[in-house]
This record gives sequence, C-alpha cells and structure tokens, in this order.
Amino acid sequence: MIESYKGKIPDLLIEEFEKISKEDNLTKIQKEAVLKALEKRYDSYKVNPGEAVGIVTAESFGEPGTQMTLKVFHFAGVSELNVTVGLPRLIEIFDARKEASTPSMEIYLKKPYNKDIKKAKKLAALIKEVKLRELSNEFLINIIKGHIEISLNKRNMRDLGIKDDLMINSLKNKFKKTIVRKSAGGNIIIKPEGETILKDIYKLKEKVKETFIRGVEGITQVLPIKQNNEFVILTMGSNLKEVIKLDLVDETRTISNNIFEVASVFGIEAARESVVYEAKKVIEDQGLDVDVRHILFIADLMCSSGVVKGVTRSGVTSEKESVLARASFETPLKHLVNAALSGEEDFLNSVVENVILNQPVPLGTGLPGLVATMKKNVK
Amino acid sequence: MSDVYLNEKFIGTIKNPFNFINEIKEERRKGKLAKELNVLYDENSDEVYLDFSKGRARRPLILVRDGKSLVTEEIKKELKDGKIKWSGLVERGIIEYLDASEEENSLVALNEDELTKDHTHLEVGKIVILGLTTAHVPFANFGQSPRLNRGSKTQKQALGLYSANFLVRMDTDSNILHYPQTPIVRTFMHDLTNYDQHPAGQNIIIALMSYEGYNMQDSIIINKGSVERGFARSTFFRPYVSEELRYSGGLVDEICIPDKDIKGYKSEENYKLLEEDGITYPEAEIAGEEVIIGKTSPPRFLGELEEFSIAANVRRESSSMIKHGEIGKVDAVMITENEEGNKLVQVRIRDQRIPEIGDKFASRHGQKGVIGSIVPETDMPFTSSGVIPDLIFSPHSLPSRMTVGHLLEILSGKIGSLAGRFIDGTAFDAEDEGDLRKELLSLGFREDGTEKLYNGVTGEEYKVNIFIGNMYYMKLKHMVANKLHARASGRIQLLTRQPIEGRSKGGGLRLGEMEKDCFVAHGASLLLKERFDSDKTLLYLCEECGMLAIVDKYRNRKFCPKCGSNVEITPIELSYAFKLLLDELKAMCIYPQLKLKSRYR
Repeated sequence: MIESYKGKIPDLLIEEFEKISKEDNLTKIQKEAVLKALEKRYDSYKVNPGEAVGIVTAESFGEPGTQMTLKVFHFAGVSELNVTVGLPRLIEIFDARKEASTPSMEIYLKKPYNKDIKKAKKLAALIKEVKLRELSNEFLINIIKGHIEISLNKRNMRDLGIKDDLMINSLKNKFKKTIVRKSAGGNIIIKPEGETILKDIYKLKEKVKETFIRGVEGITQVLPIKQNNEFVILTMGSNLKEVIKLDLVDETRTISNNIFEVASVFGIEAARESVVYEAKKVIEDQGLDVDVRHILFIADLMCSSGVVKGVTRSGVTSEKESVLARASFETPLKHLVNAALSGEEDFLNSVVENVILNQPVPLGTGLPGLVATMKKNVK
Repeated sequence: MSDVYLNEKFIGTIKNPFNFINEIKEERRKGKLAKELNVLYDENSDEVYLDFSKGRARRPLILVRDGKSLVTEEIKKELKDGKIKWSGLVERGIIEYLDASEEENSLVALNEDELTKDHTHLEVGKIVILGLTTAHVPFANFGQSPRLNRGSKTQKQALGLYSANFLVRMDTDSNILHYPQTPIVRTFMHDLTNYDQHPAGQNIIIALMSYEGYNMQDSIIINKGSVERGFARSTFFRPYVSEELRYSGGLVDEICIPDKDIKGYKSEENYKLLEEDGITYPEAEIAGEEVIIGKTSPPRFLGELEEFSIAANVRRESSSMIKHGEIGKVDAVMITENEEGNKLVQVRIRDQRIPEIGDKFASRHGQKGVIGSIVPETDMPFTSSGVIPDLIFSPHSLPSRMTVGHLLEILSGKIGSLAGRFIDGTAFDAEDEGDLRKELLSLGFREDGTEKLYNGVTGEEYKVNIFIGNMYYMKLKHMVANKLHARASGRIQLLTRQPIEGRSKGGGLRLGEMEKDCFVAHGASLLLKERFDSDKTLLYLCEECGMLAIVDKYRNRKFCPKCGSNVEITPIELSYAFKLLLDELKAMCIYPQLKLKSRYR
C-alpha cells in the first residue's frame, strides 16, 4: 500500500510515516487514511501552475531588506569578531562577490578536542597565523653594517611557544639571498648578500615584518566558542584548503563563508548549500523570517550552471533568454546593440518583455490559453 | 602685549588682558559702558575682541559672584511685589546679555544648585534649553526628545488666527480657524509670545479608548455633534492676481469679458461668472473650471505674422482660471494700481473646510493622526455626568512613544476646565502632578482622571474605567480637500501618449514598477494589461519586412513604404511606448523586426 504512494509523497515523509505507524501500531485502515491525508496536505503545499515564484522570491527578500537598512544590528564592540552582517552581507552573497569583505571560517574539531576548551584553545593558537612582527619589539636598520637587527619579544614568543630556531628557519626559507644569524645579544640579524643600497634594506625590512612563521596563512584571528555542546573555532580570514588538511579538524563540517572558496574546494553542490546557509544565517540573525524555499530557489539559480553566478548583469541576468528582459535590467544599450549584431530573436515568453509590449504576461490569469481546432481558411 | 580689536578693527595693544576685560565688564555692568558691548579674550591668539556692532545674537544670563546667583531672595521678593522688572535687573547689572564670543570666556550653570566658584553665569531658567516652539509644549520634560521635535514641528502646521487683519490681506494660501481658543494647559512661553492674540487650536474633551476599530494606527474618531457645533472648522483663502500689462507698440492687456472671436476662447460656460468689467462678483459660487478674471492680451510677434495670416491681429485669451479641482466662493475683489501704474485685480477665493475623514489633527506632543470616522453624537460614549468626548484617541499610540506629557495634559486640562483656571505646564517648572491629582480628587473626580463610560449605542457600561479629560488639539494644514485625487480620463503626454502627471493638472496616478510586480506576484495578468492600456495603440504591420506599414484612411489604402501594397498588412495592438522604443532603435541603426504568429497555434 505504501508503495503506491511513493512518488506522490517525498521518501523522507514516507520513512517517517513508517516509523511512526510502527510505534503506534496503526491498523491498515488507519494507515490508509493517514496516507491519504498526508498526500492531500502535501499537495496543498505545492506551487500552483502559473505562480510567479520569481517575483514572490524577490519581494520576499526585498521587503525585509528595506527593514534591514533601518535597524542594522550592532554588536557595539562586544564581539571580538567583526563580521559583516545585515543587508551588506546579503548583497555580498547574492552578488557572488569573489572576495567576501570579512572572510571567516567555522572550524569543527574531531572528537576529544571538541569537548575540551583547553585543547580547543591550543589548536586555535596553532591555526592562527603568526607573523614575525608579532614576535618582535623593534626592527632596526644598522646603516654602517648594512643589516637589519630584529629585537625579539621574548614574552610573546614564550606565550605562543615559538623558538627562535623556527623563526630563523622561516626567514632563511623566505629570503634566500640573505644571511640570517643570531647576534650575541639574542637578536636576529638579517643581512642581504653583496652590495646593497639603503632603500633596498628598507624594503627588505618591510617584507621581513610580514614573514609567516607558523599557523595557517590568512587566518588572522581565532575565537574558540561553545556551540551546541562542543567547541568550535571561529576565525577571521579563511583558508579552507589548508585548514581541512589539519589532522584534528573535522573536515566534514568545517566551512568558510567565502562561497567561491567552498566551490573550489568542495564543488558546486557544497557551494549551493553554502549560499543557503549564509543567506539563512543573515536573515535569522536579523530576526526576520523568510521561507527557506525562496533561499533555495535563488541558490539553485545561482549554481545551476556549474559555477557560482551572482544575481547581477554579468551573472544570472545575462543568462536570460529575452533581449528586452536583459536590456530592461541594466546597460540596455549594450544588450540591444549586441542583439542587433547577432540578429537575436525575442520570443516574448517571459514577464518583462510582455509588460513592455503591453501584452498579457504568461502568468496567473494570463497563462491558460484557448485550446480549439481552428478551420484553416478562417483568418 | 595683546592686540585689541574693536568691531574687528585693530585699535591698540594692552599689557594685562585679563584685568582689561574684567574692567570692561565691570564698567559695563555699572552702566558706564554701553550694555551692547561684549568682550572676548582669545588666549590662543592672545587677542582681545570688543564688539558692539549690530546683528549679533545675544542672550540673557544671570550674573554669578563667588558661586552665588545675584538674584537673591530679596530681589525675588521685589520681583514678586512688582517693585522691579526685567529692565531693572538689566540696569542693575544682575542680568546681562552675552553674545557668542563672550560666552567663550564664561562658564554658565543651568541649575542654581550646581553653581561652583568657577561659574560666571546662571541660566535664566531651565526652559532656555528648548527652542521657541518646543517651549510651547506643556510638560515637555516628561517626553522623549524626538517627540518634542515632532511636537514643535506640528505646532507650526496648525491652523489658527495667524493674523488679525486677514480680511484685508492677500496672502497666498492662508487658513483661518473659526473658533480658536487659548490653551487651558499652557507654558510660560504662551504668555511671552502673546499666544492669546493668535491661538491655533481648541480645548476639547478627549477619551483614551478604542471605538469599533476606527482609530487604529494613529487615526482618531471625532464627534459629529462637535463638528456641527464648529469644532475645527476653518476657511481656506487663495487670491488670484491679474495685471493689465503694457507691451511695446502701445499695446495693452485688457481686463474684460473676452470676445468670442479671440484666440483660445474657452466656452461661454466658463465665463458665466464674469460681470461687465470682466471680474467675478463677490459671493459668486465657484464649482469648477470657471474664469474669475477675464483678460485678453495683444497678439504675440505682431507685424511678422500680419503678412501671412489674416487671423494674426486677433487678441489672445489670457484669463485667470480657478485652479483645477478647487471650489469655493469669491470672498473679496480688489481693484487697484501697482507700482508701474498698471491696473491690478486681485480676487480672493474662500472655501469653508469642515472636518472630514482624512483631515489631520495633532496634540502638542507629536501625536498626530487623521480622522478615521466621524461618529454621530448619539453613538458616542458618555460619562455618568453626560459628558461626551469630542475626540477618541487610541491608547496604542502611547506606550511605544512614551509621551507622558500627553497624558498629563489631559489630566491637568480636566482640572483646569473644572476649576476654571489655567494650568502651568512649563517644561521643568510645571505644577506638581501629585498636587494636580489631589485637586482633581477634591473636585469630585477619581484622582487618576478615569471615569465610568457608557456605550453610546447600547447604553451598556464599559467594563473598564476610561481616561478622559481636556486637551488642546490642533487642526493641521494637511486636509484631504487639498489632496484628494482621482481621474478616469484626461490629458495625455504628447510624446508617450501616457497620462500626464500631477494632481493640479488632472493627471493620473502612476502604477510604478513595484506596483506592477505586485500585480504579477498575484498572477493578475489580464488586470495588469488593462492598467497599462492607457497608451495602447493600433498599429499596422507589414508581415513581409516586420516594420510598421502606412494606412491611408482617405483613400482606404494600406501599404508598406518598403515592400509596397502587395503584402500582408496586419493590425496589431501594442503600447505606444513600445512603438517609440522601436523608433529609437531604428534611429540607432538597429532593425527591429516584428514577426507575427497566430496566438492559437
């Protein structure tokens, strides 16, 4: 009996129904009745033919969007992580910007580590990018000797557990054409090989400051927090590719808020999920309520071509079939001229074109047509 | 050595600037130097500025010596007895006026009890932190500052007696309230500004309750009986001006009933109100598109056209017509001469405005709203003593706005009208709420201002006590009569063939892009098409080349300028705006081809 409902009701619902019916020991007649009701209920939630889903989605985001500009949620210095939220973030997601204005990650940890704050903190410290600048007090240029003397901040080094050997090694790796050594006073001295002018030494000094010592490149801040009974590390800056290589990181759940990074590391399906997740997060943060199906719809639209495309004139809109629809969005001249050059044809199948021509739009009451056989001679 | 400037001009140097300015100030206070003189010592640039030029804004402050105000108990007593007045205090050097620059060298206290040894001056009163109109808000210190801003803003929009000689004035668009009253609950500023001479509101009875849902979202309900007794009735005046201008060549305008053969003659109906002199008579009823001042002007470009046209020397019509959609009566006609000696005619139109649904009202606390319903007096709720409120205000307008002053005004207004006295509601200095409550109790009412009310329709007693009292209410200048706008058909734009814009021109209301989206979202496709049919046109299309064909209706001939008449030419219906788009595309050398197919295939 249940078999006959497969295809009519989603499998997930059927599975759940089977579970419940076993628990409650439903009779065959009861089962039949429930399934019938279930099917009816499910059908009532389906979108009707001719429903303007696109515009309803747009309005569903547009209306709360206007409210978001009015009450921007301020953290006012409470949070250590200052992540873009609200309307700017929503625009960023739907425009599919290559660079998120505040890239960040949620790093989940493998089992023993996610229960212990000390271990999580330790790992967080290891992930955080450490640059030479943070481990030193001063960068001095010795003009006479033509070298740079780095006085080290022993306290910071002790706190982070970094030995000066590591620093010398990384300096040696980064600057091949220099001599790096330890001075008598415990400072590090770096001297370019051969004859150099002062300007070059100065340039070198600026580069030396930014030498990467330890951690994951790009991750500038870490913050372990408790989330649903486990410790999660939130970060500023993101480097998904390197982070999931780490042993202690649960790579099945760790994500970045940069959709393009997710797409390149995990693929387009993950990127779609990421769009949904990020958009939902923004809307829920603001205390607003938008049906998830609207978000799913936009995410599908953005990712259906296999690469992430934003809702912009160069992204999703450029895929529209109709010349007039594209021209009415942005840069009309470009679209009209290009259409003329290639002799494009507009079949007037969608909404905007028909509004321009003052014809009924093929939606709602304008969708059904008259089906009748016409006599050929009658015109 | 510091430089000394007098009225921005260098006059010399001085050795000890501090002593110098102190001496000047002392001499001024004694009356040996002009009271208008202000002095500033700028320590950064080491310069002394003396100034008694005109045009500086100055404000009065009480002098402070050794941390004590010079207005002592004795002086306060003298003031009370009327022995000394403001000017006396200024003369005696107790109050002095400072300009912006001298304030830089002063330390001014707002409160007397926060005075220290360093203070040089004390404010005259705490109310000075408020502006002129904000100081007119009673119990202002009980309200939130944004509400005060709105309260003072609405007071400026209130109708009242703006000028006592309004009958002889020709102000553009003026309004006069019919029975203006001075507020019962007033502030110190009402006396200062002679508010009694130009009041802008009425004391009415207001109840805080809902009534059939017609006062939702800031709308208000008013009593029809009150309206009939003249509550918030006002008159709107608008003058129309016409002048007999003189042109070169000795030609002049003429104010007269235009002849039928002039250029641009309207119709006899339009001129029916004009008397022989070409001007309407006072008390003439104006119902619509009528001419009030008939005028003809000499033809433009005289001489040039004479050779080509026989009709060229015909005069033009240039009468003053009543503004679109306005009605009223002719209030006054004035015929005079202007500075150039031209005949000048001014006709003032008057229109009585009785409160109607949609007119805007406000209290003085930034609580504004429009009339949602006018209820017959018999249906209004009433108290056990038979008092019927003039206005029903929604209690939902209060919690989020926190305008406590609004409530206090209702309470004290009730006391004022019962005890027959004015209540002082000056900000920071108002009568004490506790005392007011006691007084209300002694007058035989519940001290919180609530009363038992009865349903006006059924006569049933309301289960809760309802807050009812007196309050000063203002009618604002935004009235529906000035805003009501609808159109069925009318003038269209030449270029797009779409309706013109603007209420005054009888234009349409635009159904914009977002409104269109709304129609689409509801799937009201055919309704949307109908809405946009305002510029629909029938065009003929050559099916051969896909461009517009020509239809010659005289010879009953259709042809395509390119393919000739031997082609299929089909009528199509489109928006004219799209035809324009096609034309523009053609102008940019793009060939837009329309291909037709049967809708049923």
